[in-house]
Amino acid sequence: MKILTGNDLKTGAVTWWDGQGWSLSVDDAVEVGDDADAILARESGAQRVNAAYAIDATRDAAGVRPAHIKERVRALGPTVRPDLTLKPADPAALNWVI
Amino acid sequence: MYRYDQYDQAMVDARVAEFRDQAQRRIDGKITEDQFKPLRLMNGLYLQLHAYMLRVAVPYGTLSGAQMHMLGDIADKYDRGYGHFTTRQNIQYNWIKLEDAGDILADLASVEMHAIQTSGNCIRNISSDHYAGAAADELVDPRPYAELLRQWSSFHPEFSYLPRKFKIAVIASKRDRAAMRLHDIGIEIVRNADGEPGAAFYVGGGMGRTPMIGPLIRDFVPLDELVTYSEACLRVYNRYGRRDNKYKARIKILVHELGKDEYARQVDEEFAHLLSQNIEPPLAELERIKTYFADPAFKTGLPTDTDRLDPDFALWMDRNCHAHKQPGYISVTISLKPIGGIPGDASADQIRLMAALAKEYSFDECRVTHAQNIVFAHVEIGRLHELWQQLDAAGLGTPNLDRIDDIIACPGLDYCSLANARSIPVAQKISERFAVNGKSEVIGELKLKISGCINACGHHHAGHIGILGVDKKGLENYQLLLGGSEAEDTSLGKITGPGFDEAGIVDAVEKATDVYLAKRTEGERFLDTYRRIGMEPFKEALYG
Amino acid sequence: MAESLGTGADTVQLRFRDDRQVDHPAVTVDAFIDQSNATAVRIEPGDDARLLLGHLDRIALVEVNFPGFGDGRGYSAARILREAGYTGEIRAVGEVLVDQIAAMRRCGFDAFAPDTPLDEADVAAAFNRWPEVYQATTDGRVPIWNLRHG
Repeated sequence: MKILTGNDLKTGAVTWWDGQGWSLSVDDAVEVGDDADAILARESGAQRVNAAYAIDATRDAAGVRPAHIKERVRALGPTVRPDLTLKPADPAALNWVI
Repeated sequence: MYRYDQYDQAMVDARVAEFRDQAQRRIDGKITEDQFKPLRLMNGLYLQLHAYMLRVAVPYGTLSGAQMHMLGDIADKYDRGYGHFTTRQNIQYNWIKLEDAGDILADLASVEMHAIQTSGNCIRNISSDHYAGAAADELVDPRPYAELLRQWSSFHPEFSYLPRKFKIAVIASKRDRAAMRLHDIGIEIVRNADGEPGAAFYVGGGMGRTPMIGPLIRDFVPLDELVTYSEACLRVYNRYGRRDNKYKARIKILVHELGKDEYARQVDEEFAHLLSQNIEPPLAELERIKTYFADPAFKTGLPTDTDRLDPDFALWMDRNCHAHKQPGYISVTISLKPIGGIPGDASADQIRLMAALAKEYSFDECRVTHAQNIVFAHVEIGRLHELWQQLDAAGLGTPNLDRIDDIIACPGLDYCSLANARSIPVAQKISERFAVNGKSEVIGELKLKISGCINACGHHHAGHIGILGVDKKGLENYQLLLGGSEAEDTSLGKITGPGFDEAGIVDAVEKATDVYLAKRTEGERFLDTYRRIGMEPFKEALYG
Repeated sequence: MAESLGTGADTVQLRFRDDRQVDHPAVTVDAFIDQSNATAVRIEPGDDARLLLGHLDRIALVEVNFPGFGDGRGYSAARILREAGYTGEIRAVGEVLVDQIAAMRRCGFDAFAPDTPLDEADVAAAFNRWPEVYQATTDGRVPIWNLRHG
């Protein structure tokens, strides 16, 4: 599926298009299909997101998993500092990225 | 070290106000991201994988204790408790908010620091020798010249929209400790046949996609023509550097395509014209700057050796200390490469500790090296043990300067949106592998550098062993290079062959060092053995 | 017939000259060299401003085009003309943002015709931003290193 990711303009935090706004959690990301460009143009213009782009991802029981490791690193945090990631207490989180 | 006068301070303060303005216009939607991006880059603010990243300038790598302390406080106040020292002697913070950037720049300005031109298509931080003012082999301290050029290059009205970034290094010794030949402009302060000091200009070096060693363009520029000649070099580049292709836009491509003689000729023409324009600073300005770089109040009659009964201390002293021009003193490298650690990272507490120790042990000054370590240039040998104990207690005492585990690594795919592969885990695994196999000591000097992408911020082309992370069909893959050198014997590494996955590259590095250990002759470093025996024996061991 | 380009009188938003604004059609550099009666010329980023030296006394207006604000060649072009003694108008046209105008002024631009009009408050702030300057250009401002040493 196609999902959208970007950064919050003011804070720089990684965000994911959830259908209505921009969530901090990749699991809230929704399929955008052919609407990607239209959503990106509208949301960037309205200052609700910065530097957003579309990526491939899959959804399973665990949640949404970006197809490329780069966006999985974006979703979780730096693999070398688990304490700074979104799931510092989860030992399986690193495996999910790699 | 240099201290701002009211003019320097006013410029930095004005820049803070300008950036606050620009950031607010962006937040208010008055300018687009495309328009804002070059402006924020000219203040060192990137948008990276996790947040904004701020790159703070450390001019020619020199910091006072108060400045270092502020860097620690900024890490706590605005970031997540740590900073990353870079291969251009700067520091980076990875978790910055745009809405805080103005305040951060104001805090920096309060201690005579800034993030001016640490990114963007402009003249970047000017780097220099981390042993400046201490090394016995330097002609003069190179930093006054770097400071003069810093002022010349800051907010330069003609050169703020160059084809691409522009990096300058200044040294003043035959030993090149600043990778001078791998810069857009590399300057070596030299003496001519009459004993007069001047500058040799090497133009067109660089790494990245097409690494090149900068050729000598002018062997002697008198010191009272330094700025004018630099201006001529930049103007030719601004006018004729390629702008059609981002990957062909550095000055190295222009020098390569014109040929060094033609480039030199065009510079000479422009130089002759510019000499008539009287843009050179008065010589009194260089003299004024030099007064800030006079020798500190060295004591005399100090002991020239010290108690080495503690074997850990003795190892660290042998490994991490560099001879000083003044008897009784020594230059110390504080390793930011603990075994299995993140190269170049330091916590806020560690940064503040180093600030306090610099004040106590090294005339209130420290340096950032392009190998991502910290140097205290002027330490009394008699106080070395006391200093080491405090460093060691804080995890800053790893005795591995220029050893295989003194790894240079860019932040890579863990942090950087340009990266193709993660570099830090590779550095960690190599560091751990050699701690386990115990071979670092017997290997001796080996400069290993890792870049997470072709932009080469880890300087992998200049590693005795270099590693380049690539994307191979969506997976991380690593190429191995051998035989690069950033020193005065500058050379560019060669790829061994097909790349490896993460486990494979760690094995490959060990295999390469095993070949070296098997084949080396007396006194040869890894680099020397490679240069003598060539690539074949290594390929044989790696690929069978 | 050489193609005439150029901005009209009403698109020049800022002008720092006392003389009457000239708006004869500006021709390309190539056309200018051929046409002995042209008095206005337009420099594109790839043009060599030095081709105009030797003709400066008949030029009343030089337009320097910035198709994209990131292409900084126009700054060198303006400075080169001023260094050669050109005293006519140098007008920045195209994608000119308020963040560039102070530097452009220092390089010798004395008129600005940006594609998108600039906010007047931002313009005032931009020109008042820098109390002193580090470098010497032909604008006559004394660089800081000269102020320091009298």
